[in-house]
Amino acid sequence: MTPVPITDATLTTALGAGLQAHLEALQAQRCGLRPCAFEDVDLPGWIGRADGLEDVALPDALRRYDCRNNRLAWRALQEDGFLAAVRAARARWGAHRVAVLLGTSTSGILETELAYRRRDAGGALPADFRYAETHSTASLARFVTEALGLTGPSWVVSTACSSSAKVFGDAARLIASGWADAAVVGGVDSLCLTTLHGFHSLQLFAEDICRPWDAQRSGVSLGEGAAFALLQREPAAGQPPLARLLGVGESSDAHHMSSPHPEGALAAAAMRQALAGAGLTPAQIDYINLHGTGTPSNDAAEDRAVQSVFGRELPCSSTKGATGHTLGAAGGVEAVLSLIALRHGLMPAGLNVRERDPALGIHYLQANRLQPMRHVLTNSFGFGGSNASLVLGAA
Amino acid sequence: MSQAMELSLLGVGLVAPGLPSWDEAQPVLRGELAYASAPSVVPPPQRLPAAERRRAGAAVKVALSVADAACTAAGRDPATLATVFTSSSGDGANCHALCETLAHAPGPDRLVSPTRFTNSVHNAAAGYWHIAVGSRHASTSVCAHDDSLAAGLMAALAQLPAQDAPVLLVASDTPYPEPLHATRPLPDTMGVGLVLAAAGEAGARARLRVRLLPLAEAGAATPCRDAALENLRGRIPAARALPLLEAIARRQPARVVLPASPQLALAIELEFAR
Repeated sequence: MTPVPITDATLTTALGAGLQAHLEALQAQRCGLRPCAFEDVDLPGWIGRADGLEDVALPDALRRYDCRNNRLAWRALQEDGFLAAVRAARARWGAHRVAVLLGTSTSGILETELAYRRRDAGGALPADFRYAETHSTASLARFVTEALGLTGPSWVVSTACSSSAKVFGDAARLIASGWADAAVVGGVDSLCLTTLHGFHSLQLFAEDICRPWDAQRSGVSLGEGAAFALLQREPAAGQPPLARLLGVGESSDAHHMSSPHPEGALAAAAMRQALAGAGLTPAQIDYINLHGTGTPSNDAAEDRAVQSVFGRELPCSSTKGATGHTLGAAGGVEAVLSLIALRHGLMPAGLNVRERDPALGIHYLQANRLQPMRHVLTNSFGFGGSNASLVLGAA
Repeated sequence: MSQAMELSLLGVGLVAPGLPSWDEAQPVLRGELAYASAPSVVPPPQRLPAAERRRAGAAVKVALSVADAACTAAGRDPATLATVFTSSSGDGANCHALCETLAHAPGPDRLVSPTRFTNSVHNAAAGYWHIAVGSRHASTSVCAHDDSLAAGLMAALAQLPAQDAPVLLVASDTPYPEPLHATRPLPDTMGVGLVLAAAGEAGARARLRVRLLPLAEAGAATPCRDAALENLRGRIPAARALPLLEAIARRQPARVVLPASPQLALAIELEFAR
């Protein structure tokens, strides 16, 4: 594929707000997870909660979109000059030539969950409940499109935990087809009862903290996060991009709704497709940011998949021990973390490993490594057997 | 914004109120038979293994039903197709059941069903489909509220130049039960499946040229000729496909405008082999 410049990016997670906060957290190997305290949820486990969302106030013109998910989106958009960068892209290309393609799994469902507790005697939802602006899966894209004053193609990709990796593919294709010149991509997912209780019901929400590649790993810690990147047909004169999107791979397991294919064969196919799109050999990748959820089956399948493509020497890690699993935002969050890694020559350690699982074979980093990089790959896999891999290259 | 994308339409699948299949819909859409309003009837999805058939809700069943019909009409093996699923709502009944459970106080009454949680993802239909037909090709699931069909069409078309295989596009919606129904009143279930391929593909039913235009330039949305169908078009996001389906059924050169947002529209020109 034609490389697509990533000119701007930002993210907000349990580690903080903005690129610098995340660089410092990675450098310090800081973990953003805390024992679960959210609404009245009484489940044992750990969560990665973004600070201060309770105090975020949307501008009056956007207030009808008010919900935790859109507050998190709004909070994230304020960092790293992202709003100004989008304004410049809008002026350069025209508002209708800038697409908004975002991933989320649960959108503003928390509003609906809470509204169900306020049903009246006849069972009706309260009058202040706004379906399109909060509950709808599309709410995030509508909100961000309106907040940024854009009028280009706008939609949400919702393929569970691969959602916000796949939007990079949509953006590259829209730009290649000539239907857009730039795209705001990324993902936002926020804590809600559906995912906390849902992962608990599947025995995937671990009581213990998330420990990818640990012998005793027992499941995910759920996080929330927002990540945005601005992709443009070409960077503005004299302004080198942060990085380039070089390859995208997408495949389906066709195996099981909530478990990965045990051999990771189709995850491997997504990685190979991303490499082919980038025109790179496996040996040219310097680091992999793994999907690495910390569930026994995901890590085992991904370990096999990575080995089958890259062998056992390539440095890899999961950053979910720091951020938690941010679900529909994970692809975007980890693309931006990969971008930070690439720009700063920092391969981040996977956190919370006490005893490395001897059954797993890849080179899993347990300490930060400083090393210049040219190419990184990031994996995102979701329920329904949805696999996506991205290759990013240095600018 | 003048670039046109050219493609071939290989097959159609349809379940809509009063239009139980594409074969039965065509004379109605051509104006040869009067439209008779009736509730949608979704045939049981034959391809789903028994265990998955028990777990799948109405939203999955309608999507799989029209996907299957479109592949049959196109004469294509579904295992060879990439997919784009688009729905404004996902599985409303499943969502309602989860929200009811979660409204209970913490404790045993708040026990979520693992199957309900698995089915709550917007890509549930896509997941079940790829398992059922064994397709390991790329799949995406998109949502753009009332513009979901146009978003799915754009996502599918943008894939075609890079894909060697056709893409199956499935647009479907199912109504919510109360109390969500009152806030999002979708009147009935509807699903449309379209098998799309690059221009020049053998066996094309129609050739399409699609341009993305500012709404003012594209002109007004093409309405349905029949008043009852036009009413459906305004009330079910997947029913936005009806003017396009009318043009396909009539097999006459036509131009259909499909709104993609408050500011954009897809202008679709159709041609048919003699």
